[in-house]
Amino acid sequence: MASAVSVSNLKKTYDTGVEALKGITLQVEEGDFFALLGPNGAGKTTLIGILTGLVYKTGGEAEIFGHDTQTDASRAKTYIGLVPQEFNFNIFEKVEDIVVTQAGYYGIPRAQAIKDAEPILKDLGLWEKRREPAQKLSGGMKRRLMIARALIHKPKLLILDEPTAGVDVELRRHMWTFLRKMNAEGTTIILTTHYLEEAEQLCRTVAVINKGEILINETMQNLLERYGEKKLEDIYINLIEGENGQTI
Amino acid sequence: MSASKMWTAYLTVMRKELVRIFRIWAQTILPPVVTTSLYFIVFGTFIGSQLAPIQGLSYIQFIVPGLIMMSIITSSYMNTVSNFYFAKFMRNIDEMLVSPMPDWLVIAGFVSGGVMRGLIVGFFVLLVSLFFSHLAIFNIFILVAAVLMTSVLFSLAGLINGVYAKGFDGISIVPTFVLTPLTYLGGIFYSISQFPEFWQKVSLLNPILYMVNAFRYGFLGVSDVPVWICFSVLVGFTLIFTAIVAFLFKRGMGVKN
Repeated sequence: MASAVSVSNLKKTYDTGVEALKGITLQVEEGDFFALLGPNGAGKTTLIGILTGLVYKTGGEAEIFGHDTQTDASRAKTYIGLVPQEFNFNIFEKVEDIVVTQAGYYGIPRAQAIKDAEPILKDLGLWEKRREPAQKLSGGMKRRLMIARALIHKPKLLILDEPTAGVDVELRRHMWTFLRKMNAEGTTIILTTHYLEEAEQLCRTVAVINKGEILINETMQNLLERYGEKKLEDIYINLIEGENGQTI
Repeated sequence: MSASKMWTAYLTVMRKELVRIFRIWAQTILPPVVTTSLYFIVFGTFIGSQLAPIQGLSYIQFIVPGLIMMSIITSSYMNTVSNFYFAKFMRNIDEMLVSPMPDWLVIAGFVSGGVMRGLIVGFFVLLVSLFFSHLAIFNIFILVAAVLMTSVLFSLAGLINGVYAKGFDGISIVPTFVLTPLTYLGGIFYSISQFPEFWQKVSLLNPILYMVNAFRYGFLGVSDVPVWICFSVLVGFTLIFTAIVAFLFKRGMGVKN
């Protein structure tokens, strides 16, 4: 199978001198549900930023479905749907407008985008709120709006940066079901989360990143088997503690 | 991204801008129209009626083109500086940056928004001016070219300001301490031919003088400066500002790491 994401010796040093990525290499296969785990400041968001064109790399290669994220950025970006950590839509705009406008940025005509938005908004329980300004939505609905916006151009690769942060259990389970459905339909998903149970439930492959370096990158099944009966959370804590030489 | 998709993306940005301008019309359209109406009443009617004609025109006739141009300049500038800064501050600029839209299309979108607001405000101010003065059009092509080029230029200038702005102060310092003085001293309320020679030469250093005069020529057929010089200045500044904006976007200044 082709690689959805191919990263090789990827480096990023910010102007402040912080070395966020120290030459990481990883592949995400097409159709995979991939967990990218790590503590705050590990380099997850920097990696996502480089893949989506929001951060310039300082070395190495990053490709989306074979297209370089810097030299062939426009093509690479057509494949990606991004759900960032923070709410970043205009809260004064209506729900439907936010989603349909995003489609327009990908060259999808408005009439088509309105049609495409209907099933997505219905699936995510936002259809009844489509004429409401985004500021009137609850926190959970705002999270779902971010997902709807990312899906409107039917991306082959969905990147979710802590999509369930601050979301109640019931809604989180609903989002899991939705994401599983998306993945079953062929969308490659990269998920960063601090809920390790979530990664264990959803993802087939896992990479743990810390201080700009990849600590492990293997299938979830292999990892869990290798560590016996332990849960992902225990394995993760051992790894990070061992790396940091301290107790979390 | 194919040409047709880029066109759709551009129309999307334009539509979003238009919806925003009319959604907050009390902030975007009404204030400049009210302010300019007061200029018409106070300077044009009350004070202007007691002043001698300038270049064979009544005072109100003389200042109307400059006041329209002032509202276009301010509105175009403020639209891009505030819109870009807020998009940066709220991070919804990322909606565009993660899309396949090339940088030049994002720039074109913001600039077109500024131009649209400038034209809308200019149109309403023009309508109001008809209550105070009879306006004939001397040369429609010069008039339209002056309006479009000036609004593009100040939209670009606003975008540069928006890129550099690090706080809300940053979006008001330039309009307050640079743009407003240059506009007021840009020949809106007077002809520089009324000045001593030294001050005439000083006035020629103000780029806004050329825009006001080009526009005035389109309406009234009079200008303090030859029209070809006015357009040369406009083209020159537009090219410089376009190059600066393209460079800033290429570097991702203020929006990318």
